[in-house]
Amino acid sequence: MNLTLKIWRQHDAAKSGQMVTYHVEEVSPDMSFLEMLDVLNERLILDGDDPVAFDHDCREGICGMCGLVINGVAHGESRATTTCQLHMRQFSDGDVITVEPWRAAPFPVIKDLVVDRSAFDRIIQAGGFISVPAGSAPDAHAVPVKKEDADAAFDAATCIGCGACVAACPNGSASLFTAAKITHLGLLPQGQPERAVRAKAMVEQMDLEGFGGCTNTGECTAVCPKGIPLDTIARMNADFLGRRG
Amino acid sequence: MTDRMSFQVGEDIRDTKAPDGPIEERWERRKFQARLVNPANKRKLHVIVVGTGLAGGSAAATLGELGYQVTSFCYQDSPRRAHSIAAQGGINAAKNYRGDGDSIHRLFYDTVKGGDFRSRESNVYRLAQVSVNIIDQAVAQGVPFAREYGGLLDTRSFGGAQVSRTFYARGQTGQQLLLGAYQALERQIAAGTVTMNARHEMLELIISDGRARGVVVRDLVTGEIESHLADAVVLATGGYGNVFFLSTNAKGCNTTAIWRAHRKGAMFANPCFTQIHPTCIPVSGDHQSKLTLMSESLRNDGRVWVPVQAGDTRAPGDIPEAERDYYLERIYPAFGNLVPRDIASRAAKNVCDEGRGVGPGGLGVYLDFADAIARLGRPAIEAKYGNLFDMYAQITGEDPYRRPMRIYPAVHYTMGGLWVDYDLQSTIPGLFVIGEANFSDHGANRLGASALMQGLADGYFVLPTTIGDYLADARDFGPVDDVAVAEAEIAVRDRIARLLAVDGTRTADSYHRELGKLMWDYCGMERTEESLRKALERIPELRAEFWRNVKVSGTAEELNQALERAGRVADFFDLAELMCLDALNRTESCGGHFRAESQDADGEAVRDDEKFAYVAAWEHTPDGPVLHREHLEYAYVTMTQRSYK
Ligand SMILES: Cc1cc2nc3c(=O)[nH]c(=O)nc-3n(C[C@H](O)[C@H](O)[C@H](O)COP(=O)(O)OP(=O)(O)OC[C@H]3O[C@@H](n4cnc5c(N)ncnc54)[C@H](O)[C@@H]3O)c2cc1C
Ligand code: FES
Repeated sequence: MNLTLKIWRQHDAAKSGQMVTYHVEEVSPDMSFLEMLDVLNERLILDGDDPVAFDHDCREGICGMCGLVINGVAHGESRATTTCQLHMRQFSDGDVITVEPWRAAPFPVIKDLVVDRSAFDRIIQAGGFISVPAGSAPDAHAVPVKKEDADAAFDAATCIGCGACVAACPNGSASLFTAAKITHLGLLPQGQPERAVRAKAMVEQMDLEGFGGCTNTGECTAVCPKGIPLDTIARMNADFLGRRG
Repeated sequence: MTDRMSFQVGEDIRDTKAPDGPIEERWERRKFQARLVNPANKRKLHVIVVGTGLAGGSAAATLGELGYQVTSFCYQDSPRRAHSIAAQGGINAAKNYRGDGDSIHRLFYDTVKGGDFRSRESNVYRLAQVSVNIIDQAVAQGVPFAREYGGLLDTRSFGGAQVSRTFYARGQTGQQLLLGAYQALERQIAAGTVTMNARHEMLELIISDGRARGVVVRDLVTGEIESHLADAVVLATGGYGNVFFLSTNAKGCNTTAIWRAHRKGAMFANPCFTQIHPTCIPVSGDHQSKLTLMSESLRNDGRVWVPVQAGDTRAPGDIPEAERDYYLERIYPAFGNLVPRDIASRAAKNVCDEGRGVGPGGLGVYLDFADAIARLGRPAIEAKYGNLFDMYAQITGEDPYRRPMRIYPAVHYTMGGLWVDYDLQSTIPGLFVIGEANFSDHGANRLGASALMQGLADGYFVLPTTIGDYLADARDFGPVDDVAVAEAEIAVRDRIARLLAVDGTRTADSYHRELGKLMWDYCGMERTEESLRKALERIPELRAEFWRNVKVSGTAEELNQALERAGRVADFFDLAELMCLDALNRTESCGGHFRAESQDADGEAVRDDEKFAYVAAWEHTPDGPVLHREHLEYAYVTMTQRSYK
């Protein structure tokens, strides 16, 4: 199939950007979206043009490095999918596809489709851990954990930190990301001692980074490749206010 | 014989620094002998850790906890994205929580045997000992392992073991373990002991006065070349499977860090030992950029087959039972579809070579769940493998509940890596190598669920002890030689300038694809003297063409992904050559290394312990590679030939 792409090009953080139109031909339906961009980039390089910069690494939906707004939707229209897992059979010959970076003030554009998500790392630094230096742990069976708690903690822990939740949120809130970690650690017995401090520190850091507040629009869960549920945010709020669930 | 195919033989490696005495006591003894650095001095000692996967992330966090000053690097935008994140199946540990007869000794035994007797007994024993501490550490950090209704940890069994010792977190064990290490690392960053440099790529090692004292890195956002100095350097940069272009590795996985260190004097051990995983989604076209693993667990319920007739293009459902060849069940009646990875991979290649492969290009075999669905019902299969079936459908557009999956082997893991002693120190003093980047524990074949174990053993427990012993002398190291730093920086700048100056007509990726194809054809699942000689003729030609004709757009002073790729491809060329040389030298078959000349009448691999019970450690010299042998001795496990019939 032949496609028209309108891609956000921006040389670096200091310069302003604009949408640029490209045509790609003979796109195979078996290609992934990123492979289709590879084909475009190979051509641009040979023409001596600057290839389109985009982040990616594992290309199997788990590292959280990729992330594009495709036709206005973070990671495209397929549900529970990262950009790297999106395949071209979702598109048709003649389609016009817009491709933009995550847009949120705390995620400044570095180049083209590449943004700076280091704010997420700083939220984890603020308290997204259990303090246990290597070698100091008791036997793993010392504390049994209810299966349902372990499973629910796992579900929250599957967050890949891609940032789609922020990109989709009209307020640019990082609540789903932060809540996923607070929920993961807060559900486990090992996470109890630091539970209140953790929630407070992480939420404050989130605000400090300039992420917006949550108004329960649910756009975040809708685009989340791992389907992190919205009720994690209620849990985060409760922990933040010191109410024990 | 042309120049490319000859090499010198140097002295044998005799001292691996492993303490002697009963194997159970060696690690305890080494820990006791290791000198300690007092806390006030630790603060003044500086360690560089390159890589933030399970190995590097856990090492940097632990060194930070101990009070060292750590500087950490990764090429991704966050340490959490290292490719350890993609590990699915699980992590082994000799906890014997099931009371099914597991023990440290049994895990040790399975690992030595699984490695086809090409690993070191002392190292493997220590790995098995430390494995139990890893699970404790991970659980305390909040890693949400699968649990049973009683609240205790669940385990499952994995290839090459008869006990249930694999701990797992659904199909995302690597992700959960890495996030545990990442969170520990972020905690140390907040505490100020670790300085993190994401989006930085190491391009050169700095050696001063014979010791590793720093690295030259490129800031991938600004293009700036920076030197960072330290008292010791740790490389935890992962595997080099991407030399084949197509592999289950992430796109950015590379050999650059260890290859640069090799060029500067670190020996490279067993470079040809590559693991090819039998169950990956086949290539769908020329655009293919990577291969996706389908968990090995699928072979528990799926039956592998191809048409009896070569060139049979009927849809699988139209091929009657009598015209299907369930070749694994036929050739290996005892193990059937569950033969080890290398055997399943080679069998798939053989039937495809006979023209009986299925799917695009005839490079695939069926993995059929029809019988399992009929026997257990669709819901049972969904519960077990639902996420894998979904992933398969997403990538191929085919429904595996109705039509057999197509699978094909793909490069997955590299057992080879920089040579290290018992302390995980390379042949360059002060350069330590951990995780997949070293060669230490898996011999010629790694067992499933053992790489995560090794990475974390190295990072949380082994390195933090052994590096202390080295750093106890740091007071005598003296200042880093300015000239050494300047030379390393100039080498980096020159190489970048050369890549940009060629201005040819082919992209780095197109050369990488060609190199990868060549390696797959000539140094892949089956290697022959002829194929390796061909590769050793062709690689230098292709490399010369690359340096004459590659096209890298843009400049050095900006985010330039084309430049990053070209630099990695350049190093893959050199590594590929050494891999082929190593494979040519090793005329035996062992583990993942199958030399067609060394097989029995049934086509099974034949080891040659007489000639090859050694680690091949290659030294780089201006006059070409020099082979040093480290002879392996087995005092605790008796060497036997494997049989799965
Ligand atoms: C798909 C898949 C599934 C797997 N499943 C399992 C499993 O179930 N069980 C198991 O035990 N093993 C499994 N393995 C193997 C295992 O995951 C790896 O061997 C292991 O995670 C490697 O860890 P590492 O820390 O050595 O390297 P990695 O996790 O690869 O980390 C490498 C780090 O080095 C950095 N780096 C690399 N080069 C440079 C450079 N030049 N400059 C700066 N930084 C650099 C990267 O940024 C990264 O941070 C699997 C592997 C794959 C690919
Ligand atoms: S590239 Fe890793 S999630 Fe998409």
